[in-house]
Amino acid sequence: MLEVRDLSKEFGGLKAIDGVTFEIRKNTITGLIGPNGAGKTTLFNTMAGVYAPTRGEILFKGEHIEGLPPYKIFHKGLVRTFQIPRPFPDMTVLENLMVVPAGQSGEHFWNNWFRPGKVREEERALRAKASEIAEFLNLSRVLHLQTKNLSGGQQKLVEIGRALMADPDMILLDEPGAGVNPSLLAEIIERIIELHARGITFLLIEHNMDMVMRLCDPILVMANGQLLMEGNANQVRTDPRVLDAYLGGEPEVEEAS
Amino acid sequence: MIGWISYIVFFLILASIYAIMALGLNLQWGYTGLFNIGIVGFFAVGAYTFSILATPDQVGHLGGYNWPFLLALLGAMVMSGIVALIVGVPTLRLRDDYLAIATIGIAVSIQLIANNLSWLTGGPQGIYNIPQPLANYFSSNLGYNLFFLGMMMFILVLVYVGLERMVNSPWGRVLMAIREDETAAGSVGKNAFSYRLQSFVIGAVLMGLSGALYASFIKYISPTLFMPILTFQVWAMLIVGGSGSNLGAIVGAVLVWALWTGSGTVVQWLLPADIQVKGGAIQIIVIGLVLMLALLFRPRGLLGERKEVAAEETKSKISNIQ
Repeated sequence: MLEVRDLSKEFGGLKAIDGVTFEIRKNTITGLIGPNGAGKTTLFNTMAGVYAPTRGEILFKGEHIEGLPPYKIFHKGLVRTFQIPRPFPDMTVLENLMVVPAGQSGEHFWNNWFRPGKVREEERALRAKASEIAEFLNLSRVLHLQTKNLSGGQQKLVEIGRALMADPDMILLDEPGAGVNPSLLAEIIERIIELHARGITFLLIEHNMDMVMRLCDPILVMANGQLLMEGNANQVRTDPRVLDAYLGGEPEVEEAS
Repeated sequence: MIGWISYIVFFLILASIYAIMALGLNLQWGYTGLFNIGIVGFFAVGAYTFSILATPDQVGHLGGYNWPFLLALLGAMVMSGIVALIVGVPTLRLRDDYLAIATIGIAVSIQLIANNLSWLTGGPQGIYNIPQPLANYFSSNLGYNLFFLGMMMFILVLVYVGLERMVNSPWGRVLMAIREDETAAGSVGKNAFSYRLQSFVIGAVLMGLSGALYASFIKYISPTLFMPILTFQVWAMLIVGGSGSNLGAIVGAVLVWALWTGSGTVVQWLLPADIQVKGGAIQIIVIGLVLMLALLFRPRGLLGERKEVAAEETKSKISNIQ
């Protein structure tokens, strides 16, 4: 589904990502973990088109997407959410969802003059779809509230909802569990599992290890801009290099004593 | 009595010409956040293009094409749109400040061209004998002006309805999303540059339309009519009326134009003839004062409460459909 080959991103002299290669298979939930500053979010932003890579290739469904602007990557079927949610604050939840789908004929201004009937019809279908997704994410109650009035957790759900409105092939989730209360977290996990069952591929950055171990297989571990290892939950848990990266200790010395 | 009616008709025609410009600015600023401080430039392009295309034989400069009224109007709009493309394409990808600098630059350049490129614009003498549509069918001046006012009302309603449809549509929704968070809008597939350019060009086309109608109405244009003060007036109209509201732009245009001409008349009554020219400064002072009062007491203008309204409107629309 997604292939990253020898990807590097430098800011001035700093190598935020340093020659990373991995592949994400279709219909997996892949986790991306690593200590702060490991380069996870930079990797996300490079895949989503916010940054152009210094070197390397990104292939999505066999097509090169490195260096494309974010809106074009979205149109390929690769959609991202943000670490800190960014719903459109003065727009309602419904409007936030309805704005997303590509190819609405009402997005060409002249169609609103000359083909209002067609636009209205599409809007009706869009509204039905948005209501359905809002229901799925338990947002029906707040459908007509401006998103600036929602809680942080609900804003995360709106972001996931926006991603779903696009019928994506793959979603990049940046810390869906951060700052979310336990019951809402359980709900988000449940939704991810359901969507995965419907055939959507996920890559998620997460610090909540509980969530990562439960959801993700495989798990990619990054440290200092490089890919440290790839494996399932057990392999990651027992790998000394991962412990080393997170704690900054020297396990070999500990073992010797 | 007839004198008063003539005056009011004359006033309303000019106010509606300004209203079209304010509507163009409202699309650019009120709905898109584009800081255009070269409005007069697009207005001038419209006026000159129309005059060159529509006039019968001209001496000493380009013109004499004798195009029919509607076609010349269309030509003026297209030309303003092209100028907007030239300004917009390089600047709308950059930070906001660049558009402001570019628009003020283009407005000054256009005024200089009007004044100096005599073969094209007639230079300081300007262009005479600009035709008015269907003028032959009217014998009295007032009768014709009443017809012109009717035409202006028709055009104004057309522009207003067209804009309302645009901004209350999926297109307008994307525009709003881009204004609120461009990065997030990009992440859901919206090309901010393309939408900004569309809004900028359409706004400029309206300013060009306004310029063409102005030229046709007063029948004579010269470079002194296209000074930066006009840009200031249109901005004052939008801010007083309410940025982000099309109705507000129209109300603001009528109100500010009334204050402008009214204060000019009062100055003429009160001041002795030899200092009347200097008294014209009072107009700028009055508008400045009104602007400050508006910003103090109604910072969103008389009708500019769009943000909350947008949510309300959506709600009512939904309940209509359900």
